[in-house]
Order: sequence, then structure tokens, then C-alpha cells
Amino acid sequence: MPDIRKVRRRIRGVQNIAKITRAMEMIAASKMKKAQDRGLAGRPYAEKIEQVIADLAALPETTMHHPLLQRRPIKKVAVIHITPDRGLCGGLNANLNRQLASFILQQDVDVEVIAVGRKGRDAAARFAGDMSAEFTGLSDQPGFLDTLPISSIVIEEYTKATIDEVYISYAGFVSTLVQKPVMKKLMPVEPAEIPGGQNVDYIYEPGAEAVLGGLLPRFVEMEIYHAILESIASEQSARMVAMRNATDSANELIGDLTLLYNKARQESITTELLDITGGVVALE
Amino acid sequence: MPNFKIDIVTAERIVYSEEVDGVVAPGVEGQLGILPHHAPLMTILQAGELVVRKGGDEETMAISGGFLEVRPDHVIVLADQAERAEEIDASRAEAARKRAEERLKDKQATGLDATRAEAALRRALVRLSVAEKIKRRRKL
Repeated sequence: MPDIRKVRRRIRGVQNIAKITRAMEMIAASKMKKAQDRGLAGRPYAEKIEQVIADLAALPETTMHHPLLQRRPIKKVAVIHITPDRGLCGGLNANLNRQLASFILQQDVDVEVIAVGRKGRDAAARFAGDMSAEFTGLSDQPGFLDTLPISSIVIEEYTKATIDEVYISYAGFVSTLVQKPVMKKLMPVEPAEIPGGQNVDYIYEPGAEAVLGGLLPRFVEMEIYHAILESIASEQSARMVAMRNATDSANELIGDLTLLYNKARQESITTELLDITGGVVALE
Repeated sequence: MPNFKIDIVTAERIVYSEEVDGVVAPGVEGQLGILPHHAPLMTILQAGELVVRKGGDEETMAISGGFLEVRPDHVIVLADQAERAEEIDASRAEAARKRAEERLKDKQATGLDATRAEAALRRALVRLSVAEKIKRRRKL
């Protein structure tokens, strides 16, 4: 027979866990909403800048000399690995880190990791050879300015030709239930080809090359900022789902334990009754 | 009256999106006035004040550099940062101005640091002047 008091204590413990996981679920839900809103607010800027770059790249006179467009034989690759700082978000971290590991294995050249987020940094420190920078403790609502140091590192190194290709690895947000690790090429910048684009003759001030030169770094900065926002939305929605599952399991466990508790209680009452009646019978 | 639509967007948000009659923007090659039926144009902006006119009214915004695109019926400003006058924190801008001035006075600051401080000073001054303008208008 299980110890009644132990079962009762266990039930109380599980109830407390359920309360915490429920609270975490709700916090994650509101943070996810915020991250999604911020991502959407930046959408017009992203669309515009992409279109303008495509327009400019289609110009015959821009001979694409800009350093960020330059293609080189690949001797070294950099990956910006964006992960959450915290765990308790299901398999998200493991999936991201596995993606990075298999990416590194596939490359024939040296890979340098720029880790954003504690979970990815810890994992990369274990299996990646070269970590050139790490950024942790980014807030849940990073501003555009908070992400600039990350972009300035890759832009500078790419311009100096110490790295020849830059990838960005982050948690793509498919839906609340599905997040997919994404590995995307960031540099050299490949302008999207817009069919029928460049049908207006623009005047460029001070010149097409200068405008393109100013826009390209912004484009990279913006891509990184968006990847970070999307990762945060993914992290929070993964956490939300994980915490909901945890709450459900806790409630199920509470049910099972309560049944056990009631059975034990009944059993002990029955034995007590038997004892008493047995005593009375013995006295008579 | 002919007018056109202007969208002022940053990476973080849409700052302003309305039908207006005219815009004055701080282009790298000097102030730039845009009225309806302007030729298509793409230019770099420097830190400065951006004024939009609508009816008899005008509104001033502080921007810290960016790009401006003029299309036949639509103007798009891709700003690094942009603030409407009422959003500016004047005391913060003032602090930023002092900081930048001190850094510039420091003889040791050379090259990159000096350029950065100068840019910061410019941004602070623009913010202050925009904030000042709206204060004056409120008093009137």
C-alpha cells in the first residue's frame, strides 16, 4: 500500500509544477505575439530595400563592383548561428545545433561560427573549431540597433576578404506548432530577380554605385535583424507548445495520483473499520 | 489639389504613411524639395529634418540618414532611424549632444572615433531642433 502522506505531498508538488508551466505558457504566448508584430512592422522596409537593390543590380552601368556582391573562391565560410539563450523550448535548440553540426561536416573548408545566443554558443564550443564572436543576453525584444554589432562584424570581415561566404542559421517560423531550422546564404548578396523590374528611369543622387553601396550594408543588417526576430518568435512558440504539453502531462499525473490517493485512503479506512469491528467482536 | 503618398519606414516600424502635398528632405547633396509629378529619383539622405506639407499644415521629423525613392505617385523613405517631433526625448538628445561634444574636444579622438562622434553630434542637433520647433508651435 502506498504511503498516503507521500502521495498527497507528490500531488501538491505536481500541482505547483502545473501552475508554473501554465504561467510560462502564457508568458511565451504574449512574447511570441510581440515578436511577430515586430517582424511584421519591419516588413515594408524589407520589401522596399529588396526591390530597390534588385532594380539597381539590373542597371547595365552598375558593374557590380561592390565588395558585398563580390564572389570569390571559397576558402573560409562563416555561419551566424542564432539560438535562444534559454532552454525549455522542446527540441528547438537540439534541432538548430544539429543543423549547424551537419553543415560544418559538409563543408570542405574552414567554418567560423558567430554564435548569437547561449544555447548555440555552448554547443558550438563543443564541436566547432573556430568561434570568432559570441553574442548572448540579447533581450526578448531587441531593437535594430542591438543587432548592429553582429552585422558589422560579418560585413567588415567579408570586405577584408578574411571570409568568403556568410550563412545565417536560425529557427524559421512556419507556424505556432512548427519551427524549422533554416540555413540561408547571406553574403555574397544575391539580388533577387524581379521580372519586369526597372521600367522607370531613375535619377540617382549622387550616383547609382553610391546608392547601391549605401543600401547593401543596410540590407545585410536588416536580414540579420529579421532572422533574429523570427528566431525569437520561433523560440517563444516552441516554448509555448512545450509548456502546454507539460501542463497537460502534469494534470494527467495529478489525476492518476488522486486516484491512487483515494484508493489508498479507502483501503486504510476499510482496514481501520475491520480493526475496530474485530476488536468489538473480540470483546463480546 | 494633386498630392501623393509618402511612406516613411525604418527596419523597426512604419513611422509615417499619409497623402501629402509636398516634402522637403535632407539629401546628401543639399535640401531636396519634392512636389507632385517629380521625376523618379533615388537618393541618399543625411541626418536632418524632413518636413511634410499637408494642406496648410506641416510636420517635421528627425531622421538620421537613409534613402529616398520618388516614384510617379509615391515617395518612400527608408530611414535608418526616424522620429516624429512629439516622440523625441529632448533631454536624451541634449545628453547625447554633450557627450558627442566632449568626445570631439578630446584631442586624442582621431579617425573613426571622431567621425562617429561627429555623426552622433549631428543626429543630436537635428533631434533638438525638431523638438524645439514643436515646442514653439505649441506655445503660439
